[in-house]
Amino acid sequence: MKRNLSAVMLAVAATLVLVAGCESPSKVAGGASLAPVETRTPVSTAAAGAGTGATASGTPQSGVSTVDLTARSLAGGAAAGTALMAAPAQRIVYFDYDSFTIKDEFQGLLDGHAKALSRAAAKRMVVEGHTDERGGREYNLALGQKRAEAVAKSLALLGVPESRIEAVSFGEERPAVAGADESAWSRNRRAELKDR
Amino acid sequence: MEISGVGATQIPVALGRFRDEATSSVALAAIIKADLERSGAFRIIDTAPGLDERSTVDLPAFRSRGADALVAGSVARLADGRFDVRYKLWDAVRGEPLLGQSKVVLQADLRLAAHRVADEIHEKLTGERGVFATRIAYVLRTGKRFSLHITDPDGEGGQVALASAEPIISPAWAPDGRRLAYVSFETQKAVVWVQDLTTGERRMVANFKGSNSAPAWSPDGQRLAVTLSQDGPAQLYVISAQGGTPTRLTRSSAIDTEATFSPDGRQVYFVSDRGGGPQIYRVGIDGGNPERVTFSGDYNISPSVSPDGKTLAFITRRGAGFRLMVQDLGSGNTAANAITDTQDDESPSFAPNGRMIVYATRTQGVDVLMTTTLDGKIKTRLLSSGADMREPAWGPFAR
Repeated sequence: MKRNLSAVMLAVAATLVLVAGCESPSKVAGGASLAPVETRTPVSTAAAGAGTGATASGTPQSGVSTVDLTARSLAGGAAAGTALMAAPAQRIVYFDYDSFTIKDEFQGLLDGHAKALSRAAAKRMVVEGHTDERGGREYNLALGQKRAEAVAKSLALLGVPESRIEAVSFGEERPAVAGADESAWSRNRRAELKDR
Repeated sequence: MEISGVGATQIPVALGRFRDEATSSVALAAIIKADLERSGAFRIIDTAPGLDERSTVDLPAFRSRGADALVAGSVARLADGRFDVRYKLWDAVRGEPLLGQSKVVLQADLRLAAHRVADEIHEKLTGERGVFATRIAYVLRTGKRFSLHITDPDGEGGQVALASAEPIISPAWAPDGRRLAYVSFETQKAVVWVQDLTTGERRMVANFKGSNSAPAWSPDGQRLAVTLSQDGPAQLYVISAQGGTPTRLTRSSAIDTEATFSPDGRQVYFVSDRGGGPQIYRVGIDGGNPERVTFSGDYNISPSVSPDGKTLAFITRRGAGFRLMVQDLGSGNTAANAITDTQDDESPSFAPNGRMIVYATRTQGVDVLMTTTLDGKIKTRLLSSGADMREPAWGPFAR
């Protein structure tokens, strides 16, 4: 739990340092400021000018500069996003196929989280929605968003202010379990509640 | 390069190694040959080296070997380290030269020069522009690492635009071919970024509350259609390519996503499940009531519109499989045809000359990027990988 929190904070903090002024998740959307440009020293992969004293100058038209995000020390961020690392069961709501309805068995879990959020006024949460691998990526991103929003809405109905919860989606991009059968799929159709 | 399928009449062209091409370390003639054959419109007759663009050629002799045309050329290294690529194209039937060109390029652009030669030959002999000098973007996942790759349409010359520990999806080429928009999860949510390929410079364009995804460029390169979750789980908006305040385009309580502009920029095709399952609709850029476009089956996604606006490619779910389909637009006939026999197709994208579609699929447990002609008759395997390879997007004519 603690590792998730600090990892997410590290990732968010590092990003804010680099892209100052971008929309923070808790702001009301709309009226977003123009995002500043992030300039990176290119690691050129073009073979221009290689060899025998060539003095040709100019950028090759074929050249693509590689931006390597993994070279930053976002190790914490990466760990938080590890695909096959499932959070403890009491932070995950599971869903039926093609559904974003919250089943009764998860109501207690949501009550518990709503109470915890009410007790700690500064506490914020992100709900991450997921789908199984079947279907289109963008459509699944939207389905995952519906699942996350269903959970966020439940928490709001239990008294948690909306400004303290952000619902996001990973669609099919971050499965908890690898596999192409219902056993895996059922464990990937989920919404995870994480501290911010 | 694996090519399958029976093509229409192929133009026989005699082609041999360019004089001194070995000094450039790039096999120019082999690249040109592979490009021309992959289009399905040509058959190459290999000729012995020894000719170049200044040679006096015995055209009747080539004609009697079955060639309709002859290509010969040379490569010379200049004092400043650049290379001068020259070639000539002769019509062996009419017995006269058709085309002669010289290109001076940096060493790093030699492959590009060969692709341009192939394009010029293709256009001169078929009347249609070739796409050999275009580029294709795609996403690769190896283990826990994701990367956005740019490759020539022959599968070679691959370079990495972005490497990340978090997923990357939905790459989309700007019309000028210099920038890519994509969705990155590096900040633990879906955010739309735009990156300049040459410089590596990148900026967030849409980072609103919730998820930001499915970027699509307007034909003038000034705006992006995006999917945002700020007013509902997924609705379409239009935003400046520089970022700023989005304008809402669709208003439904459903999922509206996967926007793509019509070539004239006046309409947006998109996916919506407002009718139950996801189907493809189109709406005027100024708003109004969307009109449904797909009617076969109950799950149609991932629209791609041909550059002439006449054909729609998309993915349909049939049983447990996903198939690439094409459908005529504007004729009122909503029948769609499957043009592959694979079951795991995704992400169709038209070539800028409208003659081919690139898509991702899986055969025998291996991910592949394939191109196909619109009738499904000629298919080429571009790339195959034991790793997870997906989301191909065909770049524009620009270079």
